[in-house]
Amino acid sequence: MSLAMNIVDIACKTAQQNGAHKIQSIEVEVGKLAGVLEDSLAFCFQAVRKNTPAENAKLQIITIHGKAHCISCDDSFDTDTFFTLCPECDGLAVEIIQGRDLKIKSINVD
Amino acid sequence: MCDTCGCGNPDEHATFQKPNEPNHKQEHHEHQHNHSHKIDVQTDVLAENNLLAERNRGYFDAKDITALNLVSSPGSGKTTLLEKTIVEIKSNIDVAVIEGDQQTMRDAERIDKTGVPVVQVNTGTGCHLDAHMIQHAIQELDLKTQSILFIENVGNLVCPALFDLGEAMKIVIISVTEGEDKPQKYPHMFDAASLCIINKIDLLPYVDFDVEKCKHYALEVNHKLKFLELSAKTGEGMGEWISWLKQQQKS
Repeated sequence: MSLAMNIVDIACKTAQQNGAHKIQSIEVEVGKLAGVLEDSLAFCFQAVRKNTPAENAKLQIITIHGKAHCISCDDSFDTDTFFTLCPECDGLAVEIIQGRDLKIKSINVD
Repeated sequence: MCDTCGCGNPDEHATFQKPNEPNHKQEHHEHQHNHSHKIDVQTDVLAENNLLAERNRGYFDAKDITALNLVSSPGSGKTTLLEKTIVEIKSNIDVAVIEGDQQTMRDAERIDKTGVPVVQVNTGTGCHLDAHMIQHAIQELDLKTQSILFIENVGNLVCPALFDLGEAMKIVIISVTEGEDKPQKYPHMFDAASLCIINKIDLLPYVDFDVEKCKHYALEVNHKLKFLELSAKTGEGMGEWISWLKQQQKS
């Protein structure tokens, strides 16, 4: 819920700074490893946008898939979970390099 | 009105259209878009929290304070661990505590009996502490230089993982009465933590908890995670924990 509130806050402040009164849509990048459930975010968004310039705004979620890098064998691979062994060497020394994103990319305003 | 969340717009995302019929809703939107323009934002949704967390971190750094964010599910023994720890170290190290719970002063009252400064943060319906709450809480505490600040987060293995408070590190506590597969069920918290304390090991003979399996699951999520096994109740393993704490203290 607080993430949805942040999204509406940031979008409304940006709109205000740009002299816009109405937000048509908000584009948000959500990584698969960001710890955020897209459906819940969309649900909360509907509740928190009321009585704001984003009241009728559409939430457009862009899913960012996860990527990991193996420190042991230097392999990079796609993953949407944290508990992944390296598919090349079965090693544990895997660092997530993409998919933690939780970012407002852009807004469309009137 | 939508009877699930009261949003008043139940069908906003639904479209109803027969084959070969023009999509009026779409046409209407295209018309609106002619007047709208795009603004590039590129802002982290947690930007405000992260900024406040860095302010807290700067304050801790300036005063050589070691801030430790204790996270776990409810009932893992965080408060008991803190009570026992404080009694052990308070004669050598200045300690302060921020207690996070949805309701009640109970945990703060328990810590207060140990004689160290404590502030209770009640989050109401909130399921985690955030950097703003910590900023206010540290204004209430007269934190000493080179002290250790324990932040006992709301018992929840999900949301506190996302919110940086400005701490030096997160410590995740799991008790042996929980499932050993918690690290894989709640990976975000184990990914965010630097140390994992396995508590209540005095109960190991009576439960099916496999310590090695738990560690393996946790390492699959976070290969840098360190472990300490202890029982806050019997004192077993507390020595290692206290030495670890002393190593963290800044000089």
